[in-house]
Amino acid sequence: MPVALVDCNNFYVSCERLFNPKLEGKPVVVLSNNDGCAVSRSNEVKALGIKMGEPWFKMERIAKQHGIIAFSSNYTLYGDISSRVMATLATFTPRQEIYSIDESFLDLEGFPAHTLQDYGQKIRRTVKRNIGIPVCVGIASTKTLAKLANHCAKKNLAGSEGVCDFGQINESARKALFQSLPVNEVWGIGRKITESLNLLGIETVEQLRTADADFIRTRFSVVVERTVRELNGIACIELEQAGTPRQQILVSRSFGMPVVTLENLNESVTYFATRAAEKLRKDGSVANSVCVFIRTNPFKINEPQYERSIVVPLMQPNDDTAMLIKAALFGLKHIYLPGYQYKKSGVMLMGLQPKGVMQGELFDNMPVTDEKADIRMKAIDAINRKMGRDTIAFAGSGTRRSWTMRRDRMSPNYTTRWDELVKAS
Amino acid sequence: MNKSRTHHNPNRPGRTPGTGPYGENTKVMRIPESVVAHVSEILESCKERTLLAKTRDRVLLPADNPDPASIPLYSHRIPAGFPSPADDYIDQRISLDQHLIPHRESTFFVRAVGNSMIDAGIFDGDLLVVDKSIEPVHGHIVIAVIDGELTVKRLVQQNGETILRPANARFKDIVLKEGQELIVWGVVTSTIKTLV
Repeated sequence: MPVALVDCNNFYVSCERLFNPKLEGKPVVVLSNNDGCAVSRSNEVKALGIKMGEPWFKMERIAKQHGIIAFSSNYTLYGDISSRVMATLATFTPRQEIYSIDESFLDLEGFPAHTLQDYGQKIRRTVKRNIGIPVCVGIASTKTLAKLANHCAKKNLAGSEGVCDFGQINESARKALFQSLPVNEVWGIGRKITESLNLLGIETVEQLRTADADFIRTRFSVVVERTVRELNGIACIELEQAGTPRQQILVSRSFGMPVVTLENLNESVTYFATRAAEKLRKDGSVANSVCVFIRTNPFKINEPQYERSIVVPLMQPNDDTAMLIKAALFGLKHIYLPGYQYKKSGVMLMGLQPKGVMQGELFDNMPVTDEKADIRMKAIDAINRKMGRDTIAFAGSGTRRSWTMRRDRMSPNYTTRWDELVKAS
Repeated sequence: MNKSRTHHNPNRPGRTPGTGPYGENTKVMRIPESVVAHVSEILESCKERTLLAKTRDRVLLPADNPDPASIPLYSHRIPAGFPSPADDYIDQRISLDQHLIPHRESTFFVRAVGNSMIDAGIFDGDLLVVDKSIEPVHGHIVIAVIDGELTVKRLVQQNGETILRPANARFKDIVLKEGQELIVWGVVTSTIKTLV
């Protein structure tokens, strides 16, 4: 099955440039929550040797010297642009897997092999013209190979003009290419596995491809064995289409400043539970337990450290914000210890299942779902959708929210706020 | 809870014909293996359609993300009595969103600033609907990138020259120099003015 991986180039930076063409050709970096680390870098920034995840305070000097322009991450903007890119990509295939905010697999089964390179170009041109986001396309017979082909397209190691179809590369060229690629470029081969593989003398992609699959399975895992098979063109990883319900929903964030009191933690946990519940209802799911966690800042080694999480099971699977908040706060009260500088908290909804299915099992003595809560949550969702997030919110999530993220360098919400639209003179 | 089904023929196992997921009689058939996936897909879509049709009979499905400017097509259901004579004539209410935005994914709103386009009816503060998927041609009003800034002007191509022309005599043409590439950000498809 020919499959394509389409990956947006330096996605967050590209989103910023889309509405601010002045940034074109300049070194631009987007920072993570609380303006901590580099999460998206323009090519100019990469050329300066700034690594992914590098903390901002470490690069501030170089940044000044080279005029690097830094942005706080504007997830509202990136999310909207991502949905536009994904919807556009969906027109190129009957089967699409949205892999991340900036990556999507497209099933190209049935397309004549010799036309795929051109088709990839067409995808690239269309996304660039219609949305304004540059993408690269990798095409191969398995998802793992498509990922690798995408890497080659992006680094211009094979293929041309941002599209690389492994199907168009002859065996000797492919071999030479794989011999030149370090094994950690392979999808799913992380730092630890890379170290172990290197100890076994497996350093290049070609060496991993020709490794004995059985040996790899016993030495590592079936997951790595599957990777070896995928490198050999045997598709083992299915395309996961949209609509595959999530297994869990996690909402967590680092605080802009350390949080000490239970009262402030309560606020944050209420807020996260509200967000998570919204996502849950959007998926049409219910959760059967709520996990809540808090932790201090592990980078501040001189401060006392504490980290704890707890899972609170629900009486019955639920999607009512009020119930989920109650469970989360109940859990928080149990794990909270005074005297620590908390840096992060989060809420995870677990044991998700489609709402309808649960209702089908109601015969087994289960209490009927709370219809009033249902109506209440629907109304709140509708109002918040129409009038903007948090028009109606649970009072417990606070109004001052002193713990919210620091985002000092954020760009306007060009596509989601009437008063922040891009201007043309 | 032990309701037994009434079969049309007590000797024949299975459900009553026509009550399956497809809502009609079915037939056994051999198909080549290579097309199994394809046929299954078609069957799935048949199932969905049947399910949808069944559901529609009973309830009105609200849109996933209801479009505030339109009301979904519906038909009157009067359990008893005379059906509305207008029933057959009800059409989908027209939607400004659909009218102004044929390409949802590639359409962006841009706020006009300044007076350079007043003769084209574009005033300071107007809302411009901009479609990036349209290929710009001579005569279009476009959003172009000049010196890193977005500007709204009319695209004019004459005598081999590309010009961004303001619609206000007090402003000068922007003539692209030899080798200077024109970057069109998008094509303006409508202007929206708020009067009150």
